[in-house]
Amino acid sequence: MISQVFILSSKGDHLIYKDYRGEADKDAVSIFYEMVTALSGDQPPVVMSHKDLNFIHVRQGGLYWVASTKTDASPFTIIEFLNRLAALTKDYCGSLCEKSVRMNFALIYELLDEMVDYGYIQTTSTDILKNFIQTEAVTSKPFSLFDLSNVGLFGAETQQSKVAPSAAATRPIMSHRSEQGGKNEIFVDVVERISVVIGSNGVLMKADVEGEIRVKCYLPTCSEMRIGLNEEFSIGKSQLRGYGMAVRVDECSFHQAVKLDEFDTYRILKVCPSQGEQTLMQYQLSDELPCAPPFRLFPTVEKDYGNRLLIFLKLRCDLPPKSTALNVSVTVPVPKSSLSLSQELSSPDQTADLQLKNKAILWSIPRFPGGAQLSALFKVEVPGLSSASLLEVGPVSMSFELPKHTCTGLQIRFLRLSPTHPGLSQRWVRYVTHSDSYTIRI
Amino acid sequence: MPYFGSEETVKDLKRALSNPNVQADRLRYRNYITRVIRSMTQGLDVSSLFMEMVKASATVDIVQKKLVYLYMVTYAGHKPDLALLAINTLRKDCADPNPMVRGLALRNMCNLRMPGITEYIQQPILSGLRDKASYVRRVAVLGCAKMHSLQPNTEIDPSVVNELYALLRDPDPVVMVNCLRALEEILRDEGGVVINKPIAHHLLNRLKDLDSWAQSEVLRLLLRYCPRSDDELFDILSLLDGFLSSAHAPVMAATLRLFLHLAAAHPAVQADALSRARGPLLAVCGSASRELRFAGLSHVQQVLRSQPAQYCSHYKRFFCSYSEPGYIRLRKMEILVELVNDENVVLILEELKSYCTDVSTDLAQAAIAAIGRIGRTYTEKCLDILTGLLALKQEHITSAVVQTFRDLVWFCPQSTGPVCKAVEGCDETPQDDEGKQALLWLLGAHGELISSAPYLLEGFIDGLKVEISSAVKMELLTSTLKLFLSRPAETQDMLGRLLHYCIEDEADMNVRDRAGLYYRLLQSGPDRTRQILLGPNSDPSMTVLTGRPEEPVSVWASSFNTLGSLCGTGAGPENLPAEDSAHQVHAAEEAELGFGPAEQNLNTEPEEPLSDAAAAELDLTAGPPISHEAFERLWLDLQVVHQQVLEVRRPPEPPETLQAAFLLVKIQTLAFSRADAALWKAYVYSRAGGTLLLAELLQGAPEEPESEGMLLVSIKQQPENQSAVRNFISVLKRVLQTLSSNTS
Repeated sequence: MISQVFILSSKGDHLIYKDYRGEADKDAVSIFYEMVTALSGDQPPVVMSHKDLNFIHVRQGGLYWVASTKTDASPFTIIEFLNRLAALTKDYCGSLCEKSVRMNFALIYELLDEMVDYGYIQTTSTDILKNFIQTEAVTSKPFSLFDLSNVGLFGAETQQSKVAPSAAATRPIMSHRSEQGGKNEIFVDVVERISVVIGSNGVLMKADVEGEIRVKCYLPTCSEMRIGLNEEFSIGKSQLRGYGMAVRVDECSFHQAVKLDEFDTYRILKVCPSQGEQTLMQYQLSDELPCAPPFRLFPTVEKDYGNRLLIFLKLRCDLPPKSTALNVSVTVPVPKSSLSLSQELSSPDQTADLQLKNKAILWSIPRFPGGAQLSALFKVEVPGLSSASLLEVGPVSMSFELPKHTCTGLQIRFLRLSPTHPGLSQRWVRYVTHSDSYTIRI
Repeated sequence: MPYFGSEETVKDLKRALSNPNVQADRLRYRNYITRVIRSMTQGLDVSSLFMEMVKASATVDIVQKKLVYLYMVTYAGHKPDLALLAINTLRKDCADPNPMVRGLALRNMCNLRMPGITEYIQQPILSGLRDKASYVRRVAVLGCAKMHSLQPNTEIDPSVVNELYALLRDPDPVVMVNCLRALEEILRDEGGVVINKPIAHHLLNRLKDLDSWAQSEVLRLLLRYCPRSDDELFDILSLLDGFLSSAHAPVMAATLRLFLHLAAAHPAVQADALSRARGPLLAVCGSASRELRFAGLSHVQQVLRSQPAQYCSHYKRFFCSYSEPGYIRLRKMEILVELVNDENVVLILEELKSYCTDVSTDLAQAAIAAIGRIGRTYTEKCLDILTGLLALKQEHITSAVVQTFRDLVWFCPQSTGPVCKAVEGCDETPQDDEGKQALLWLLGAHGELISSAPYLLEGFIDGLKVEISSAVKMELLTSTLKLFLSRPAETQDMLGRLLHYCIEDEADMNVRDRAGLYYRLLQSGPDRTRQILLGPNSDPSMTVLTGRPEEPVSVWASSFNTLGSLCGTGAGPENLPAEDSAHQVHAAEEAELGFGPAEQNLNTEPEEPLSDAAAAELDLTAGPPISHEAFERLWLDLQVVHQQVLEVRRPPEPPETLQAAFLLVKIQTLAFSRADAALWKAYVYSRAGGTLLLAELLQGAPEEPESEGMLLVSIKQQPENQSAVRNFISVLKRVLQTLSSNTS
């Protein structure tokens, strides 16, 4: 059971404080903040204890979401609860940041009051909660820098091949009472996170994909939705179907509300989505990618005359020509004593700089079309350069987004609402692959 | 944190709230109340507004009501007399036709933590228990628990308890779970809610209807139930089977814990459950939420204690990603070390090697230490990597590598040659205390193999004046003296200088004492010094102790899915950093060699006859077996209480016979060296007269040249009891003599 729940800003301001059981006093908040800021980084900060009070916290949206308890509770339950609280806050307030929490604190108190009673979790389902939540969300300006960074994150593609504004999915779900929103929209996102390790000889050493199908629903009333996946979708290693490009995952789990009676034969998920965001399906694929990894790197590292290190990188994007990778950044660790950098890049929109704090070169490429090849030459000034310093170069890590692309090849064939919803309802299907970790050894 | 001008703010709010114009305008009124709550959250004391807020509670606006209730709950303890004024409104709301208003009022009324409230809330709670709306029933059920906590010393009302037990059959699942929670609190002194067979089966059957939070809670309570027969047990397990692969981590973890608990007598079932939960657990380890990932990793670590082989083929899932925070990466490295086998060792080492140059020094050093751990099994491969790292010439890496070398040499004597060569080829000396101590230890222990050892030591001695750490100075004294024993000609001069400095000029008392001790030791002659100072430089038999055997599941099952498993402190010797343990071994060994209080006992024979009664009390008893870890921990913690040479040789029996013979006299054996080892050791333990006796039998100790071939026994004990030790030794001696005489 939970004694207290509080939300702190990264600077330690108290945004929300709710005491459920009166077991611990309010000093706990400052004690927690002192403890969490005193951490030196390598201690496990998820669970901390002070006397007989245990603090469990998660960080989301730059905020600390903390629960304290006096009992030896299940860590999974409390972490999941805090994550769920953050997700609900996001659903109700539109976005998750210090400002939106500050502006909507009355609503969050209301949520907390309904979600937990006397330290026991009562319900976290949006469908039930929405009957009890009376406060309306206050949204900040729809256009902020935070939203700008999301532009192009999802390239939406629908039957009408229209593009939804990126802010469309970051508005509060309850806005139908006010005038500003009121659109009946539903978003189905296929989001994959890829983590890859490529050895120095170019061999793919590890390739994992973690994916999920998320539904964000703004429809006030739920009707049954049918989501059709690729028909050749298979789970596990043994089920290989036909000769075509099978879409295969190792393991797959579903939200408990998903009905699977048509899944085995037709690969159709049936669900009555509740308002807000839910993850319908999660899947993992390890070690076998159906296509080549999206990037290949051909590095050359050599010692120039004097104290100069030459790093020549040739980077190839192995995506199909239609696709494009966005916000690609390549981090190349360099020797600790590196002083300065001069670079030759192949186009002016790319940038590269030497980050002295991390001792790494950061090469960023805003757009990288599939099939293209880019090269860069970095000359690094390293006093006291020895041949052993070459060992310090690498491994190269990359981060990127691949809109309209899934590494497993999972696609949504159709999205039907039945019975057909009266009034205009717009359906959006979006695909995106994020790099969780993409490492290339040199 | 009170703000500047906070009194002014409170005064302003007070004026505004009592302004009839504001009260008439709903939105403005609500707005001011919101500001009160905001100030309250920020830590401002707004309790003086209580009167105004009580007035504001009489409204039809539910949002306003909720805000005012939040305020009242916070400050009711401070202003109990004023809070009573609000009771009337609350009680009226409890009879409101709208169930939401009823529930809200009841919940907040029960939350008012002030003396004397119980008489007002009892009636509304009892009627709430029979309310038509499940929302109100949920609140009322927990209200019973709240009421009980407000008056903890009063008699438990049996009618309430009965009513709650009856409500376990309520159609609303949340009401049912709340009943369990409330009963658990009310009956805490009697051991919590009773889970008998009908209740357990009722709960199991309703499990499907609950949401995931309630499921994990019910599963936790079911831990208390023990099935009557195996048939019932297996029925329950097959009912729970589906939950084991739940997509919700809390449910999966709670189910797995229940499985492990229920099937405690069926290891095969436990193993099966663990392997079926492997997929979901791995999915948690790759979850998008870092905190959940960390929790998953910590639990994988627990599972690995019993089933290291289970995750071996999934080692790639534990490769670190550069975007992960340090605490996750450290856990992953710990896991990777556990997963090493012949097939994946090359790839894991390659991965760990790439972490060694990480920007964070902590991570780099942890990666090097991890390679060192693997090196205890795959020595050659790891030595190559470690030697290669020395070429980077970076302080923190060199220091970590040298520390790892020290541990490797201690555990795997076959690595001594290459290590010494590597140390010799390394021209960078570590700058931190730990690294310096490690290097000094290597130089002292294996100085004869490192040709540059005297020069390196001389460097340290020259820099003695600026050295701050007394631990480094002590280590320097010991290693210079050891080097002097192996290479006297080159070292004599610097040893003289060192001792002179430490005795004359040193401010630290410990260092001065140690220098004085060595000086006196040298006066007694080099042979005597050698005998006392030089112990074994490696201990292959310790690998028996550190190579962790598979533990039974029951060791950790009770802490599975609890917060303790995430804290990771004091959970066992695996959390002890390797270098520490080696250091302690070293220290313990030093104590063993005669600097401890046992020195006087050396070579004495305290064979006093015991009276019969006392002897009976001191008879050895077997007791429960001690795990290798527990033994090692005790052995490192305790001091030697007694040491003596037994006038017996080691019986040439095979170890099995020896073990059986020991067992006859209730002495349990933990580990033996191989029969052909030059330095033969055995660790045994027993219990007598309420104390635990740990003993090490050693043959061929170099410091006991005159007792060539005789067994040296060192005894550690907890708590101390000299007569038990005497008894133990006489028993031990008798056994060994019998065995020797049989064979001769």
